[in-house]
Amino acid sequence: MSTGAAQRTAGTTARRAAPPARPGRSRPGWGRAALLAVVALFLLFPLYWLVATALAPRGDLQGSELRLWPSTIDLSNFSRPLTALPFGSWYVNSAAIAVVAVLITVVVNLLAGFVLAKMEFRGRNVVFLVLLATLMIPVQVVMIPQFRIVAELGWLNTYWAVIIPRAAEAFGVFLARQFMLSIPDDLLDAARLDGASAFRIFRSVVLPLSKPLIAVLVIFTFMYRWNELGWPLIVLRDPALYTVPVGLAFLQGQYTTDYSALMSMALLSTLPMVLVFAVFQRYLVEGIATTGLK
Amino acid sequence: MSTATAARDRTTQRLRPAGRRRGLRRRGAATAYALLAPNLVLFGLFLLLPLVLTVALGFQETSGFGVGRWIGLGNYERMAADDVFWRSAVNTVVFAAVTVPLTLVGGLGLALLLDRPIRGRTLFRSLFYLPYVLSGVVVALLGRWIFNENVGVVNKVLRALGGDGVPWQSSGAPAMASIIAMVVWQSLGFCMVIYLAGLQGIPRERYEAARVDGATGWQIVRYVTVPGLRQTTFFLTVLMVIQSFQVFDVVFVLTGGGPGVSTELLVTYAYRQGFGARQQGYASAIGVVMFVVVLAFTVLWWRSQRDTEADT
Repeated sequence: MSTGAAQRTAGTTARRAAPPARPGRSRPGWGRAALLAVVALFLLFPLYWLVATALAPRGDLQGSELRLWPSTIDLSNFSRPLTALPFGSWYVNSAAIAVVAVLITVVVNLLAGFVLAKMEFRGRNVVFLVLLATLMIPVQVVMIPQFRIVAELGWLNTYWAVIIPRAAEAFGVFLARQFMLSIPDDLLDAARLDGASAFRIFRSVVLPLSKPLIAVLVIFTFMYRWNELGWPLIVLRDPALYTVPVGLAFLQGQYTTDYSALMSMALLSTLPMVLVFAVFQRYLVEGIATTGLK
Repeated sequence: MSTATAARDRTTQRLRPAGRRRGLRRRGAATAYALLAPNLVLFGLFLLLPLVLTVALGFQETSGFGVGRWIGLGNYERMAADDVFWRSAVNTVVFAAVTVPLTLVGGLGLALLLDRPIRGRTLFRSLFYLPYVLSGVVVALLGRWIFNENVGVVNKVLRALGGDGVPWQSSGAPAMASIIAMVVWQSLGFCMVIYLAGLQGIPRERYEAARVDGATGWQIVRYVTVPGLRQTTFFLTVLMVIQSFQVFDVVFVLTGGGPGVSTELLVTYAYRQGFGARQQGYASAIGVVMFVVVLAFTVLWWRSQRDTEADT
């Protein structure tokens, strides 16, 4: 895509680590605050509604007249679906798949980014361009052959069927390469002169400098893997192996009109994601700025 | 990159005798490919090979997952006469054409609103980003609930204000609107974060110069900020268009393509053909069309971008 362009901007931002606040008008900006309040009201309402419905007694917010807050808190919305369906094992499945997938993807992406940014070899540009071009393949385009390959390998109804086919993704390689371009060559040369191998340089010089990058890769990969529906829906036919999103889609078929139960499980399904986000988010803007993702 | 490597080349040249350097470099290539190998194997086996197979399957008639029969352009002829395909194609284009600009403009607006110091800035940044980390299934379930025709909060508010409820589920255009609303809501925060990063790259001298020239706030946005973010907008547009061709989860759970086929997108239609109707050859042909459209868009968009850059 816009490699050259992204590179240029990446360079500029990396150097301007903490720019001062843009000089604004000195007026207190009541208009802006009011605008922000209105925007926030609209954008945050669905989040509030998710939580409120999950906690309200069933029927409280589902009556025919308008009610905007729960009369009391009722946790039976959680116990109803939790006792009827194996959400516990679905969480275990999702967690195992997401964690293993994040490990594989992040390691593979970091290695590839390092090689493409810092090593010289014949065919480097070709490899990089082919990887970039794969960004333009919508995942559904290749889903059917992917399914056939996975079936050939005998992986259907296993975690591997979910993990491996989506473990390599060009976006992460691209981010890793952009980030590592900004690591000074002098550092690597010094290690090289000391006789360190390429892998050693990667491990002891490049990795410690790549924390914001790793944070971004972990957030994006975890999010992608924790949330995806289409692929696990196809390769996991055994309900005991469902992931949380597949389980939620299944629940939707069973509890069509029980929005209290649906919202409670939806809320529960987002908690791990919110946790990962909370832990890594302070790196996010920094990471995005330095990876040239913009 | 090229300057950096060139500089390094010069250093290595100074430090190493030429003959030895060549040997090291050859070994270097082996190491490089060894480190790249996991990635290349995964890409090759699960992305590039499937892409080739998709094209091949597009020329076959299949039943179930068995071996297909070559039928030349049969699938494409069938597609040309398939009303549901055309409806899905139009829906996909409408969906992308509405969603992408709304998300970009909204994301830029949020970024501008939260770029300068304001009370609660960090908190609002995180809260606005939060929908993006929700899964498509959760967003769709929330959409079903909020836009429920009878007991959904949107219609209840409309009725309380003295209006009529909107048939979000039983009528095509409102159903599409509800999908678009949920998808835009989900992606706004992502665009905001990327734009916030982009805003850091605009030199403040440009703002000062504009202010000295007496530009108003709106003029500054129009003539300094927006042009300064051109690279960011370019990147986001490509990304959002590709994403909007892949929106599966939200549609699948929120409307299932209905009512009728009025919210069927190419992605959901290909999915139904491939895994529901077991017409894998036909579904692959639809996939090929999607890929060609995305590719053509990206190339054209990249060219137009390059041309405007050359003009300025």
